[in-house]
Amino acid sequence: MLPAFAMLAFVFVLPLAWFFTQALFAEGGIQQIASVIASRAVLQAILATNWISLLVTACVLLAGYPIAYYLANRRGLRFTLVVFCIIVPYFTSIIVRTYSWMVLLGRAGVINRLLQSAGLIEAPLPLLYNKLGIVIGMTYVLLPYMVLTLFATMKSIDRNLLLAASGLGAGGFAVFWRVYLPLSRHGILSGALIVFILSIGFFITPALMGGPSDVMVAMLIERSVEITLDWKSAAVMSLFLLAVTLVLYAVYYRITDLRRLMGA
Amino acid sequence: MNRAPLPAGRGALELSGLTKRYGNERVVDSVSAAIRPGEFFSLLGPSGSGKTTTLMMIAGFIAPDEGRITVDGADFTAVPPQRRGFGMVFQNYAIFPHLDVFENVAFPLRARRVAQPEIRRRVGEALELVRLERFARRTVRQLSGGQQQRVAIARAIVFQPAIVLMDEPLGALDKNLRYDMQVEIKDIQQRLGMTVIYVTHDQEEAMNMSDRIAIMSSGRVEQVGPPDLIYERPANAFVGRFLGEANLLEGSIEKVHEGEAELRTRDGLLLRGRIDGTAQPGQQAALFVRPEKLAGGAGDAAANRANGILRRRSFLGSVIRTTIDIGPTTQLTMDSPNSGHGLHLQPGAEIAVHWPVAHSILLTP
Repeated sequence: MLPAFAMLAFVFVLPLAWFFTQALFAEGGIQQIASVIASRAVLQAILATNWISLLVTACVLLAGYPIAYYLANRRGLRFTLVVFCIIVPYFTSIIVRTYSWMVLLGRAGVINRLLQSAGLIEAPLPLLYNKLGIVIGMTYVLLPYMVLTLFATMKSIDRNLLLAASGLGAGGFAVFWRVYLPLSRHGILSGALIVFILSIGFFITPALMGGPSDVMVAMLIERSVEITLDWKSAAVMSLFLLAVTLVLYAVYYRITDLRRLMGA
Repeated sequence: MNRAPLPAGRGALELSGLTKRYGNERVVDSVSAAIRPGEFFSLLGPSGSGKTTTLMMIAGFIAPDEGRITVDGADFTAVPPQRRGFGMVFQNYAIFPHLDVFENVAFPLRARRVAQPEIRRRVGEALELVRLERFARRTVRQLSGGQQQRVAIARAIVFQPAIVLMDEPLGALDKNLRYDMQVEIKDIQQRLGMTVIYVTHDQEEAMNMSDRIAIMSSGRVEQVGPPDLIYERPANAFVGRFLGEANLLEGSIEKVHEGEAELRTRDGLLLRGRIDGTAQPGQQAALFVRPEKLAGGAGDAAANRANGILRRRSFLGSVIRTTIDIGPTTQLTMDSPNSGHGLHLQPGAEIAVHWPVAHSILLTP
């Protein structure tokens, strides 16, 4: 155990601590931290980050729930096929995945050319270098997390409960709405939290697929470190991201614990 | 299309030739029964006998390959389960863990779009019937096994179905609780006048609660009748052995005359017994008699008699079970009440036993 702890401390904790103390306490003190957070650029980035992350979480949930439901109720070839489609991208480099979406969404990309040749649109749709592009790209990248989390929960739903509900008079929709959905609540919450936590720290996809005004916090941090060399701002924003993540994780932990006790 | 369950009728259920095949195996083989309104009807048999599959077909969860299900004259065979309007109690309760007791019991009423004040009244009555009035807002986690089972029962009857299906509901409870619950269920059934179809592998349970029992084996119904009838006059050796202890003395038939026949056992003993159906002298048969019909002593000339050596005495509490060797290949079991008056013979002692011809039945394989 001790070597593992030592390595963790050396490789992870130490650099982090050094970075934060260096940047925060070097000069200027606490007031500087407040001024960094309150600066327009940072506030805008924080707002944009939260808003985009919420959108992405919602899209991932809407897209992922039916996929997970399908997987949880199928076996054999169909199951393997869909799992393959979900898992393989997961192991592909995120840059490759992002670029492949850029090929699809660009002005001269596959989607626009298809729609134009079918006569459905005149001018190409702006699907890239804006919030829409970011949301599409991030949804695609984060989908496996939601699907797998939901799948695990759905697999553990007792099928007898669904039989009981239908035998007691509930039609197809009522069985889903009153029994299946509430029993998958735990998976929905866990999946949403994981996806949100991951998306607020996203860098590559928004950097590549966003417009010039779509700046998320991670991109600001990158600029502070690489371009303006403003270590203090970078440290503060990193701290902010870390704080939000920890709070959300604490919420997630608390909810999971409670739900396990409730047996839901 | 009206998707609400059909209204409750009188509760007569008829099964005609229900058959279900999995691959080449007939899991349920041409099962037929006419169940009367308000009857407590049990499907009894060992595991694999097809009783649960039959119940699932009645419920509508499994489609029969052949046969029909008729309820109060209407053909239900193609009706989906949520429209059949039966109450249902499952083996593992299937209580909704995300709802409290009240909402669990209210579930079928909500599915039928009953108004809230009516729901409150009916759920209250149902909970009173199972004696869980004070538990309305408890969560499922806070209930014991017996309480969960009672919630399942309340939920199954709250919408006043004419027919209730129960699949081994008491299997997970301990013995004392099981007996009390049997009495409670029977009481509720009689008060509400529901028809109950009850699946169990426990013969005591079936006999305690049922108006009639259908004994099943390997997908077929072996015999249907009231508990006392099938206990005293089993149709074959399987039924005889399944419903309690049985003596079966094998041999060949010597004479047949007006419902009675003589049997020569393998060890040469001549016995008499009743016989249903046709049989020819020379046919192989077994003489069936229940252990509690035997008594020690020589008895009178009209009775069946045997002499032997006492092999073993077992103290079973209310009953003392004696095993006697009456021949090289034949043993008899005798059950005597533990009344304190019995003889105290030791293993190895000689003993004579006798029993009435009226309680002896010749069963052909």
